[in-house]
Amino acid sequence: MSILTAIFALGGLTLVLAIMLIVANKRLYVFEDPRINTVEDMLPHANCGACGLPGCRPFAEALVAGKVLPGKCTVSSDVGQQAIADYLGISIGAEEKKVARLACAGGTNVAVNRASYGGLSSCRAAVLVSGGGKGCFWGCLGLGDCADVCDFDAIQLDEQALPVVDIDKCTACGDCVEICPKDLFTLQPISNRLWVACKNLDYGDVMLEDCQVGCTACGKCAMDAGTLITMEHNLPVIHYGTAPLNDQPIQRCPTGAIVWLDDQHGPVKGREAVKIIRKGERAPGVS
Amino acid sequence: MNESFGNIFINACLVNNFVLAYFLGICPFLGVSGKMETATRMGGAVTFVMLISSLCAFGIHALLVAIDAPYLQLISYIVVIASTVQLVEMFIKKMSPALFRSLGIFLPLITTNCAILGLALFQTNKGYNLPQSFVYALGAGLGFTLALMLIAGLREQMEFAEVPRMVKGTVLTLIIAGILSLAFMGFAGLGNG
Repeated sequence: MSILTAIFALGGLTLVLAIMLIVANKRLYVFEDPRINTVEDMLPHANCGACGLPGCRPFAEALVAGKVLPGKCTVSSDVGQQAIADYLGISIGAEEKKVARLACAGGTNVAVNRASYGGLSSCRAAVLVSGGGKGCFWGCLGLGDCADVCDFDAIQLDEQALPVVDIDKCTACGDCVEICPKDLFTLQPISNRLWVACKNLDYGDVMLEDCQVGCTACGKCAMDAGTLITMEHNLPVIHYGTAPLNDQPIQRCPTGAIVWLDDQHGPVKGREAVKIIRKGERAPGVS
Repeated sequence: MNESFGNIFINACLVNNFVLAYFLGICPFLGVSGKMETATRMGGAVTFVMLISSLCAFGIHALLVAIDAPYLQLISYIVVIASTVQLVEMFIKKMSPALFRSLGIFLPLITTNCAILGLALFQTNKGYNLPQSFVYALGAGLGFTLALMLIAGLREQMEFAEVPRMVKGTVLTLIIAGILSLAFMGFAGLGNG
């Protein structure tokens, strides 16, 4: 008798639940545009967030909804963007390529260390010990957290322990911007070729003790640059977009802190800039 | 059973914490406790599912008593809780995509978790009525969240600590879990639990 009870009770229970789920599946079905999956397959699956959305799937949803254009995805190739644009019947919406730029030029040959840091080889760890061992409080610590975090292998440390961004590989995902404890990276449109490679807020002589290529706050670059360059807190600030850029402002810079970024040859310094010959490490007190 | 609500809550949340005293739900406890944010969301999802399953268990128990078949308790609990959570998941997906995104991926993971089933069986054994069951489920869920958040916070800090290589990773997590469990023994006797 009890076996019959069990069979009927469980059978009835599962039957009721099954019917409930079937009905719910039909009634509560959420329609998803099948194009979202197709578009997602066409995206690079880097999930880097460079487009400003949390990942490739939300980007695909936004694309299908018409909220963004394929050009926002800086990781996919031109061909890939065109394919998505053709599939959805929209324009690419070309965005100017952005790259990560480092606002420091203080490699080991020009910038001194005040203390020797021997802990975990990570900028974020070093910065916890009174800001790291570097003389310049604002400067790059050169332990390569940015190179480690870069998913695209676009950042390498050079011989002077300064990160160099490969602008062909850089997708402007912003990971290095986030990781740098000194906030030295920013994402810049590639046409912003006039660039202040220094964040030191000290006055000239104090700064020169720590670094030979920092900004002395002399203001020569801003002299006849009009509204393009203004001096703020001992640093020149370039107001991109207010005037066409040219390489005039770099020519009078005594240290070469303001540079012209040349894609082929790297940063170009002005005529007046002090020449750096030293390759090895600069000791404190040596000019 | 005339336990007060406060007693039931303290009992489920601290004294007989599901994770640290009963050792139920260890899988999510170790699995998703690496980051504070996911831990909080997992805790929220567990609390939510516990409330639902407590309600289901109460109804099913009444039904089984009516047809005089209490030996079907375990199997019907599993079936009913799993289906109800599935149903609620569909409902949330339809009604609130934002909530679904934050809880959604955890719901199917914990539907058949032993902490959920344990809750249903305990409350039946203790003979709680409906409001008491509700408070019991709330306490158990919040206790689970508390344990998860505690270990997530500790693990986040331990990332920076220099520990011997042999205890790195899972081993360290288990040691921390053990110490936490010992610490929770200190609650014994509170609220007549």
